[in-house]
Amino acid sequence: MATRTIAIENVKTREVSAAVYEHPFLVRLCHWVNAVSLFVMVGSGLQIFRAFPSFGAKIPQKDLLDWPKSLAIGGWLGGALQWHLTFMWIYMGTGLLYLGYQLFSGNYKQVLFVRRDLPGVWPMVRHYFFFGPKPQTKEAYNPLQKHAYTSAIVLGVLSVLTGIAIWKPVQFSWLGWMMGGFHLARLWHFLIMWAMLAFVFGHLVMVVLHGWDNFVSMLTGWKKDPEYDSE
Amino acid sequence: MKLRTDSRKFRAMSRRELLKLTPVLALGAFAIPKLQGPLLKAGLGFSDWASKELFRSGHLAMTFADSELTPFNKFPINDYDVDDPEVDFDRWTLTVTGAVQKPGDYKLAQIQSLPRFRQNTRHVCVEGWDVIGRFGGARLSDFLQAIGADLSARFVYVECADDYYESLDMATALHPQTLLCYEMYDQPLTREHGAPLRLNIATKVGYKQAKYLTDLKVTSVLEKVGYWEDQGYSGFYGL
Repeated sequence: MATRTIAIENVKTREVSAAVYEHPFLVRLCHWVNAVSLFVMVGSGLQIFRAFPSFGAKIPQKDLLDWPKSLAIGGWLGGALQWHLTFMWIYMGTGLLYLGYQLFSGNYKQVLFVRRDLPGVWPMVRHYFFFGPKPQTKEAYNPLQKHAYTSAIVLGVLSVLTGIAIWKPVQFSWLGWMMGGFHLARLWHFLIMWAMLAFVFGHLVMVVLHGWDNFVSMLTGWKKDPEYDSE
Repeated sequence: MKLRTDSRKFRAMSRRELLKLTPVLALGAFAIPKLQGPLLKAGLGFSDWASKELFRSGHLAMTFADSELTPFNKFPINDYDVDDPEVDFDRWTLTVTGAVQKPGDYKLAQIQSLPRFRQNTRHVCVEGWDVIGRFGGARLSDFLQAIGADLSARFVYVECADDYYESLDMATALHPQTLLCYEMYDQPLTREHGAPLRLNIATKVGYKQAKYLTDLKVTSVLEKVGYWEDQGYSGFYGL
């Protein structure tokens, strides 16, 4: 994989450091647009959920949880649906753009978790959660990272498919059928959201732990002082 | 071979890459109160346009076995103000106006003289719950033929005894699973379910299925879309 590495000479101290171009423009664009649309989709989705916070029968209705209105977007069901039905196009659009770009540019190899990444998962888990030694890697993403990002992409696709099954249960009845019916599709849609939120939580923790240069790389594409040797 | 640069050039290059992301800021328009309403309205409009494109006249909604029906007493009753607008059944008629050859007041018996269809279909509420109900009545398409409606008109608009109102696109009005419904679970419609006549549309969300019909108009121009739609719900909401 052609990673662009650059040697930077400090104009004052003459010290030389390295930087790697990690994130192509379209990946960064999709990342930030998706961050906004995911936020809106989750917020408005929770307001929609408030209209019938249950996955059982309507009569008698047993509520699963009372999600606070202050942590939702849209104010009421109609308002939340406007947000949801508007941003779902942005969410799907960036998703398709991202997948198309990754596929055609070959950049998917950077994130796609494949079988040979499997042995590297446990050492990485041991490092993060059980203070094990840090495994060396030659790639931008370690096996555990690849696993997380690949899962997030799969969750993104599933969130769209389950959403369509709920939005168009007649025109896309086969989707609902694959998910065990309209009723279950709604439950999958809800659970996939929580799985996605779990990813976002882990992702944000890692961003904080890895510091400023790592964060900046998702803005400029360039990562200074990479911890891996890509050459 | 490694490329080389100096820190000043690297900063300029990084800045350029950062500036390329400025289109993302366009999403901030959704946070501006003055723009938010129109933007969301446009988004909903796009969504409705896509829904219309996805609608297939010949595609039938799934039907279910009698054993899969939600028991009648567990079929929810949603209304926006009263359970019973106290319709006088003896004097009730459906007043037909608009682009039709035979306008006038139609009695229930006239509607019931059209072929009766019964269907076990899913009723989906915008709130998220769903039930499977048994509905019986005349096809709206048969009624539109009978009254000599101009089928090139764009909408069928209805008004109700409880001041509710709704509209349907013509393609959905002509769908074989769109009924002028006077029966549920093989019994005459009860008052809380919209007696004597309601809409049952297997391809639409619940709020489109108006109860207590009193007026029906065939038209290409809508002054109002529907009770909920005019407060911000989707105008098409096809399932």
